[in-house]
Amino acid sequence: MAERPLSPHLSIWKWGPAMLVSILHRVSGDGLALVGLPVLLWWLGALASGPAAYAEFVGIATTWYGFAVLIGLSWAFFNHFASGIRHFVLDIGAGYAVDANNRWSVVTTAAGFVLTAAFWAALLLL
Amino acid sequence: MGEGTDLGRVRGLGSAHHGSHHWLLQRYTAAGNLLTVLFLAVSFVALPDLAYPTVHAWLGRPLPALAIALLVVSVFWHARLGLQVLVEDYVHGASRFAAILLLNLAVFAGAGAGLLFVVQTVTAVAGEQSTKDAMAAAMSSAMSQQGGR
Repeated sequence: MAERPLSPHLSIWKWGPAMLVSILHRVSGDGLALVGLPVLLWWLGALASGPAAYAEFVGIATTWYGFAVLIGLSWAFFNHFASGIRHFVLDIGAGYAVDANNRWSVVTTAAGFVLTAAFWAALLLL
Repeated sequence: MGEGTDLGRVRGLGSAHHGSHHWLLQRYTAAGNLLTVLFLAVSFVALPDLAYPTVHAWLGRPLPALAIALLVVSVFWHARLGLQVLVEDYVHGASRFAAILLLNLAVFAGAGAGLLFVVQTVTAVAGEQSTKDAMAAAMSSAMSQQGGR
């Protein structure tokens, strides 16, 4: 048999930024779907049900664990948003050169955290 | 790319030719999510507070109500496509069929509930407004009758 490289190989690999972006895209997207959508429906349902139901929602949302979930969901959105835009760029065939791909992968991941911090700063300060 | 082996195609296990449709819908709904969720995020920041009267009145207005109704449709559709990929990657055999069935039911129920909640809120706000208008009209006609005497 010819000695050809086996790729992708299951045990010989090293971490790269593109892998991190890909994994975070899936984690944040599925997190938004499985946790974010129930929270969205709870919020809309409470809004439709009246002041008492809404107060109950706000009461739980503003506990420390409520804030932890909401901050996590906002990060999941902004991360998925940033890596989603990266997907749009890759879809037109741009950004596949290794250096550019690594660089934009890092920028995408950082943008998710920066936008999350900016959103909460704007929400609390403005 | 091929379409699977002849035997595979006979068994119905070849390409279903749904891939590019799925791919395109994922992009279209991603664009919908981009616009509507950013509208929601900007609204959260722009609203003076997030207490019940403020948020309730906000969702009762035409543009926010439309945006949130579209958000529900776009986001649930996109989630349906994304979770389908999750299931296809990690769930196999008969439980995959069950998981996809459950996913479809949950998405239809969730999107339906979200749309219903928006409609309920819009109706409630419109009702409050018409009550207010009727009270104001009754008040002003009573005042003008008194004034006419």
